[in-house]
Amino acid sequence: MSILVDQNTRVITQGITGKSGEFHTRLSHEYAPRFVGGVTPGKGGQKGVSDLPIFNTVHEARAKAKANASMIFVPPPYAADAILEAIDAEIELIICITEGIPVLDMIPVKKALERSKSRLIGPNCPGVITPGQCKIGIMPGHIHKIGSAGIVSKSGTLTYESVGQTTAMGIGQSSCVGIGGDPIIGTNFIDVLMMFERDPQTEGIILIGEIGGDAEIKAARFIKENIKKPVAAFIAGQTAPVGKRMGHAGAIISGGSGTAAEKMAALEEAGVTVAKSPADIALSLKTAMEKKRR
Amino acid sequence: MNIHEYQAKLLFKQNGVPVPDGYLATNPTEAEFAMRRLGTEVAVVKAQVHAGGRGKAGGVKLAKSPAECRKIAEAMLGMNLVTHQTYPDGKIVHKVYVEAGSKIVKEYYLALYLDREQAGVGIMFSTEGGMDIEEVAAKTPEKIVTVVVDPTIGLQGHHIRQLCWAMNLPESEQKELTPIVRNLYKMFLKYDYSMLEINPLIVNDQGKMFALDGKMIFDDNALYRQKEVDVFRDYMEEDEREVTASKFGLSYIGLDGNIGCLVNGAGLAMATMDIVKFYGGKPANFLDVGGGASQETVTNAFRILFADPGVKGLFVNIFGGIMRCDVIANGVVAAAKELGLRVPMVVRLEGTNVEKGKEILKSSGLNLYAASDMGDGAKKIVELVK
Repeated sequence: MSILVDQNTRVITQGITGKSGEFHTRLSHEYAPRFVGGVTPGKGGQKGVSDLPIFNTVHEARAKAKANASMIFVPPPYAADAILEAIDAEIELIICITEGIPVLDMIPVKKALERSKSRLIGPNCPGVITPGQCKIGIMPGHIHKIGSAGIVSKSGTLTYESVGQTTAMGIGQSSCVGIGGDPIIGTNFIDVLMMFERDPQTEGIILIGEIGGDAEIKAARFIKENIKKPVAAFIAGQTAPVGKRMGHAGAIISGGSGTAAEKMAALEEAGVTVAKSPADIALSLKTAMEKKRR
Repeated sequence: MNIHEYQAKLLFKQNGVPVPDGYLATNPTEAEFAMRRLGTEVAVVKAQVHAGGRGKAGGVKLAKSPAECRKIAEAMLGMNLVTHQTYPDGKIVHKVYVEAGSKIVKEYYLALYLDREQAGVGIMFSTEGGMDIEEVAAKTPEKIVTVVVDPTIGLQGHHIRQLCWAMNLPESEQKELTPIVRNLYKMFLKYDYSMLEINPLIVNDQGKMFALDGKMIFDDNALYRQKEVDVFRDYMEEDEREVTASKFGLSYIGLDGNIGCLVNGAGLAMATMDIVKFYGGKPANFLDVGGGASQETVTNAFRILFADPGVKGLFVNIFGGIMRCDVIANGVVAAAKELGLRVPMVVRLEGTNVEKGKEILKSSGLNLYAASDMGDGAKKIVELVK
């Protein structure tokens, strides 16, 4: 078992002929051959990277290649349109890697998602991987190991850090989900926490948050009431200054709220083992797992 | 991106939000003439810097004659303004805004912002204008009302009625507030704001409403389609290193510590600052070289770190995914050879092509410490700068 993606996932890439789209489709497809095509308007009928068929529209890709998931690499000005197209074509899982989408463009996307059966991961995220089964995104495949930690994170490189640590410790991963660092995202911590709670392969959960907004506080409340599995967490930005945007569009402390300290306190209060140092993320999960066993 | 008060007021004026008359001045003579043109008994001279809390710091003063206005401007221009929102070394005042004095009868607070949770445009209104709104929210939350508008449906009359009746606004003021809210909402969508705040929104002795001070924050992701706003960008108000970094495609924020950090990815960059602090050190900066940095980008990143005289040690922390460790290693070596390595450096490499990267560092003959993991690296660099 796993969450979101497995060996039955059939993926297309929207923006398959762009430089990044082509590169990451190739690497993902080499990791596990789950890709069935791609979309670039005007290049339908041609063959793309890894010999995958190219279609003009997502509707066509869905009908002809039976795609049920999409990875989006379309540039920021057109990315919201691309997500809306995937929703319109009833693609079940949409993973948007694109960074830098204007926030106001995401509002109609969020509203369209509410009326649809599609799930969006991202934007501005590294993607989703179930080790050994399916990789959709830009994460390096080789650092992963089939195992029992479910990882959910706002940050790309900190997800890799957690993966590296859990692999080194022999715990491995069930699935890893990068939900993205933007203010408006398709899937939040709570959605993914619930999926991990229900997934039999996942024995412990790692949550990686950062400053800005209150998603981690809401997650803490949710964990306290609904999550029985052990949870470890790390919050990036303990040393971040107020009012400065730390790389991610969502990572900004405004008016003294959204700080790492308040998020860490809320998580600890919910029984989560919070790592003070980012080098101790896997260790904290191990501690949390041992605590639950007792 | 932030803009100046005078620029914000120009945008308000152009979009049907009333503001007091005012003129910009860059020297005392201009300030004197500005007050003459206004022809009012009282004028307010306001320092134009990107920071709040100007009043308490001496950046807002009343003038009762053009001669006095000149004197105030003389003192204010070129002064170093230190407020709770500036860095400790403050900001130099290059421009002042001379504005007609207003007879204030009431002060309200009005702000539009992006509501992350409900994915809409939030409108916040309060009777406690001129105060710190966070403090009002904490102490007297009943004096604030908020509605969230779904832009796919649009702002409706009932949204504004909710704001007015919750705060028991007299009907004469409701008539003043309604067009202001409508026009602000249009502005919010037109210019891609993430926050648009009027504090205070005043009622004068004629019963008219004016925006006395405005704060605007724009969505950086949308600047590509906001040419009109982009010209307002004042590079003199921004940290020189941050501006240079953004030209190189790097994300950089200067801090006051002494350990320079070079990292890939925003999350890991923040975490690197955290771990330096965890081991008792002080990070000099946040620096994210991004996911697909070239050797040249890495060299440019080093250039910025090397140029900071406060940097007494360097910590390179890379978890290569798409970013290959050998590219980083080559960048490190090239930069160190070109610029000269005058401080200790710790490098932690992990991920794609890590062996190749380590080999490049080893054979370069550079005096650096290769860390086995992030914790080891942070500990070591803190030790070395002590």
